[in-house]
Order: sequence, then structure tokens, then C-alpha cells
Amino acid sequence: MDNMMINFYSVSKKYGLTTAVKDVSFQIPSGGIIGLVGSNGSGKSTLLKLTAGLLTKSAGEIVVCGETVTRLIAKKVAFLAEVDSLYDFYTVRETLSFSKRVFPDFDEQKAVEIVEVLEVDLHKKIGALSKGNRARVKIAIALSRKVPLLIMDEPLSGLDPLVREDIIKMIAKYVEMENQTLIISTHEVSEVEPLLDHVLLVQNGEIILSEKVEDLREKKGQSVLDAMKEVLR
Amino acid sequence: MSVAFDNSKPIYLQLMDYFFQQICSGSLKLGEKLPSVRETAVNVGVNPNTVQRTYQEMERKGVVVAKRGQGSFVTEDEQVIKQLRSEISEEYVNKFVIYMQNNGFSKLEILEQVKEALQSSKGER
Repeated sequence: MDNMMINFYSVSKKYGLTTAVKDVSFQIPSGGIIGLVGSNGSGKSTLLKLTAGLLTKSAGEIVVCGETVTRLIAKKVAFLAEVDSLYDFYTVRETLSFSKRVFPDFDEQKAVEIVEVLEVDLHKKIGALSKGNRARVKIAIALSRKVPLLIMDEPLSGLDPLVREDIIKMIAKYVEMENQTLIISTHEVSEVEPLLDHVLLVQNGEIILSEKVEDLREKKGQSVLDAMKEVLR
Repeated sequence: MSVAFDNSKPIYLQLMDYFFQQICSGSLKLGEKLPSVRETAVNVGVNPNTVQRTYQEMERKGVVVAKRGQGSFVTEDEQVIKQLRSEISEEYVNKFVIYMQNNGFSKLEILEQVKEALQSSKGER
């Protein structure tokens, strides 16, 4: 269990009267890039937020990096949310310095490097950036945190193909494969497929498939999308 | 470089095919250094672990040689490349011939078709 990054023990989560996640138990090993796929409303975001300590569970136990999850797990987990939380009145440069103050583990130099590679103007105000460039800045910030677990909730949604490609390349380039685990939830399955080591399929708040991606291809001749269709049917 | 992947086949094999093409066609020369694992991963948008596996597999076949602390290089052994080329050509030509014969083409017809195809694809690589 020591090499498990995430452990869920009979975890449930209710929003008022609706149950989003019901009595789920699963483990996610550490290392590599893991894709979390499932249809809308399947519970992906809830699972990710529970893992990051952004939601409190209704029942059960969650252990991440050997620690029981509370809000303090944020020291070990970087969370890239679907909605962005950048301040419009900062410039890109100021945003990066601000991140350094918020996250002690933040590698500012790396962030500047990524932003420059992506050709986002450091001196522009966040409020003046296009949606694509905002997304690029967000990715740069998430990838520059020196934490064992990186979570990206729908990093590609609503972005044009060029920005999506940029983001995928940045992930391949900057994730520290040796000592970081990345979980990425997405609908653009075929686009992130070449990037994944492992795939988790969620339905009704439960993990119904957990498989190495190359195993799917080698043993069953299936893509992640094929496997998804088979299981969900 | 850009490679279009078929997501239902192992990506490490598809990437290996890609490198073999580069080597057999001479775009990557004998003894030439391959890009690092990370560079290749970024260039083609693939998981670095997958690229690592491709490199290991090519090493196992003797086509690529890893030099400690320096990276991976195409072998300098011409024989190995010759062998690789003949393996590839055998595989594809056999497949093609069987497919054509299954479709009722005679030997002569197959040869004609190949000649024609070669002529129209002249100069293209």
C-alpha cells in the first residue's frame, strides 16, 4: 500500500439529497499519467475534488500520499480547476509571483520558462488575455508546483485544437515522470490517449474500469474509447 | 515531426515503425544520435514512458545503441540495417502479394499494377 498514491475506502458524497458518489473503494498507484474518463455527471469532478481536499466526504476514508485527506492536503496536491481563479488585475508576471507567495513549493523560474515557451506576453494583464492564453497560464502554474500529485480537471475543455496541442505537449515536457503522478479528467479521450499510462473509467460515481492503456491495445486491440464504449453499453 | 497514431494499436510499436522508417530511408544516418526520450515525447505528444519503451525495444533489436551518459544512437553496423530493411520489405511485400492473390490477381497482373503504381509515385518518398 506504500506505493499507492490515492486510497479510497467506502467513500460516499452527498450534495443535499443527491448522492454523487456512493460507497466507492479504489486505489491509484503512484507514478505516471492517469486518465479519468466518464460521461457528464458521472462523478469525475467530485472524485477529484474529494482527493484534493476541496470537498468534504459524507462517509468513508480517503488517504493521499499516506495522509488522511483534509484541506491541508493542498500542500501535496496541485489542483487545476475547470473554472479559473486568476486575478484580472495582475499581469502574467505578477500572477506567477503571487503563486510563489501562495505555494511555497512553486518553481517560479519553471513557470516563467513555460509561459515563454508558449509565447504568452508576461507583461499583459490577465484580464486582457484570450481564453486560450488564460488556459496556458493556468497550465504553467499547475505544472510548476513541486508536488507529488497533480490533478487537472478538464484542462482541455472549450479550447481550440492549437491550445489543446500546446497543453498536451507541455504536459509531456514538464511533468516530472519520476516523482509526480498526474491525474487528468477529460472528454477529449482520443486526444490525450497517447499521453496516458493508465485509464480509469467512472460511471455513477464508481470506478468501473482500471487498466493500463498499452495493455488494452496489446491484449484486446482496443483504444480507450473502444473500451469505454464497450463498458458503458 | 508528426506521427498520426492509431489508438487501438500499441503506441510504442507505431513509434518504433516511425523510427525504423527514418533509419531505413536514411533520414537518420548510421551512428546518428536520436533525440532524447523527453524530446521525442514532446515532439509527438506521447507519454515519455512509452517513448522509453520504444527505445528499449529498438535497443533489444540491436538497431539502436544506448551509450551511457550520452544518449541513444543508431547502430553503426550496416549489416543490422540491411537485415532490418529486408525484414520490413519481406513483411509488407508478402502481405501485399497474398492480399492480391486472394483477390484473384495473376502474377503478371500484380507485376503490372506494381509497375504502374511505382511510375505514378515517382520521386515521392
